[in-house]
Amino acid sequence: MAAYTYNGKNIDADEEGYLLNINEWNEDLAGQIAKDEGVAMTSEHWEVVNFLREYYSEYQIAPAVRVLTKAIGKKMGADKGNNKYLYELFPYGPAKQACKIAGLPKPTGCV
Amino acid sequence: MADFEIPVLNEIPVVPAPKPGATAHLKSFPAAKQHQEPLGYPGELVDNWQTKAIEVMGELLGKYRSLPVFLDSCVKCGSCADKCHYFLGTGDPKNMPVARQDLFRSVYRKHFTPAGKLLGDLVGAREMTRELLDDWYNYFHQCSQCRRCSVFCPYGIDTAEISMAAREIMDRIGLGQKYCNEIIGKVYSVGNNLGLPLKALNNTLEGLEEDIEEDTGHAIKFPVDVHGAEVLLVTPSADFFAEPHIDGLIGYGKVFHQAGISWTLSSKATEAANFAMFIGSYENMVKISRRIRDAAIELGVKRIVFGECGHAWRVAYSFLNTLAGPWDFLDPRYPVPQHICEFSNDLIKRGAVRLDKSANDHMTLTFHDSCNVARGSRMGNFEGGQLVIPRELIKASCGKFVDMHPDTIGEKSFCCGGGGGLLTDDLMELRVKGAQPRMEALKQVVQNDGVTHMASICAICKAQFTKVLPYYGMEMGMIVSVHQLVSNAILLGSND
Repeated sequence: MAAYTYNGKNIDADEEGYLLNINEWNEDLAGQIAKDEGVAMTSEHWEVVNFLREYYSEYQIAPAVRVLTKAIGKKMGADKGNNKYLYELFPYGPAKQACKIAGLPKPTGCV
Repeated sequence: MADFEIPVLNEIPVVPAPKPGATAHLKSFPAAKQHQEPLGYPGELVDNWQTKAIEVMGELLGKYRSLPVFLDSCVKCGSCADKCHYFLGTGDPKNMPVARQDLFRSVYRKHFTPAGKLLGDLVGAREMTRELLDDWYNYFHQCSQCRRCSVFCPYGIDTAEISMAAREIMDRIGLGQKYCNEIIGKVYSVGNNLGLPLKALNNTLEGLEEDIEEDTGHAIKFPVDVHGAEVLLVTPSADFFAEPHIDGLIGYGKVFHQAGISWTLSSKATEAANFAMFIGSYENMVKISRRIRDAAIELGVKRIVFGECGHAWRVAYSFLNTLAGPWDFLDPRYPVPQHICEFSNDLIKRGAVRLDKSANDHMTLTFHDSCNVARGSRMGNFEGGQLVIPRELIKASCGKFVDMHPDTIGEKSFCCGGGGGLLTDDLMELRVKGAQPRMEALKQVVQNDGVTHMASICAICKAQFTKVLPYYGMEMGMIVSVHQLVSNAILLGSND
């Protein structure tokens, strides 16, 4: 089990660094996970992470890639509402890497 | 990009010199207690695991007639040695199909053959040690059960069946694989591999309907739980989530709409996949398949159509009657089940759905035959239909089509590198290396024939290629769904 430390407390994560308990997430911890992933967080990254968390709290899963690109296009401009832009932000893929930083479980299956 | 060496793509296929232990470090994450128990397996390695493993092996030898035949008939001719994409990509000799089989065969000899009992290692018989169990775990999770080796075996030995039996034994002694077992657990707890709850599915489908209406001006619907619909569509949950899968789903919706055939998804069967096949678990396969039967009865549909999913189609075409039949309540005029490709292709041939190929003029296509469709099933009412029908559909949608080298397509198709329960991030090195033979064949048609895109009818293949193409300097967007091409080309509105 991988784990993060925050304020002297151990935060449990699975083998790949996805948090086991979404409620233990906070912005500092997200910064720490992003750093481990080699992602330098900018306001654009935060837009994506915040949207993922909002969507998850309502639907109990990360949004479909298409739903995410559409939402980002609306928020940040049509030129950014595409998969390519999201991959520029999160090179390992928005569905997985951004979920990890947002403290959400990894999407499973054939994705 | 990677902390391992990415294979060089050769112009002439090169059989690598064996590199013993090259992938001994590749061990997929084992399942934890919470992934094992919902499937009926012990949460951790049981104390008497050796005895138990032999006991389960004995049970499977009695249950599956093929298993002892495959174990007894190998003459070590070597035909299979250079046919596995994982051997070609990694050079690890334990990825030669015969060597993979021998991990199992040696224990079988020791406990179930007179020669092995008497002569032991003189006839290659071995005791099931912890070291051997670790080899089982690593190398039976480096087999994508693609069955390419069996095409070349003069006795037709199917390594996939041996690998499935090995995984079943490991599950039963408490050593399962996280990727497969967690996913099967999600089918039981949420309803699909992805863990997509109904509320999220409905939200995604509503968004899709809005987008398509905006794009086309036509109100294409994606109905859920419509009683009395003609067709129940069962499709992989990745079709609701990932790219380019969802573009295929849009294509299915457009075909149903244009043909005027009422259809529905079922909230009880939001997944076509049946990962229980990958772990060789008959009981779990039955349980997963029964959801489809229950959904069809509840909704009173007349036909069942499967979306683009490779192994789901093998389970559906080859085993569904045994697992969840009889299907006598469906309309007997149609095959049970039908593949979305044969469904669409028939409509196109009859003129009920018309296409304008010029919509795909910016593309030159090739087709990747998915293992479980090409080698594990059929499609339509003629031999080889599973190879012909998807190609007919692509050619009806797109003017430019080129096949890859004949030794790499059809029944000799190379696996994408991520099938059989290996499409997991912890096996990325294996996935990239195992994709090498397919990437070589693809690169050849890209360079020689100007191919720009590769189509596929399997959710695993699509996800795998999206991930591995960039390692080989190609765009992830090169991989497309077959029904994505149909979607681009379909003429909506009046057929007059």
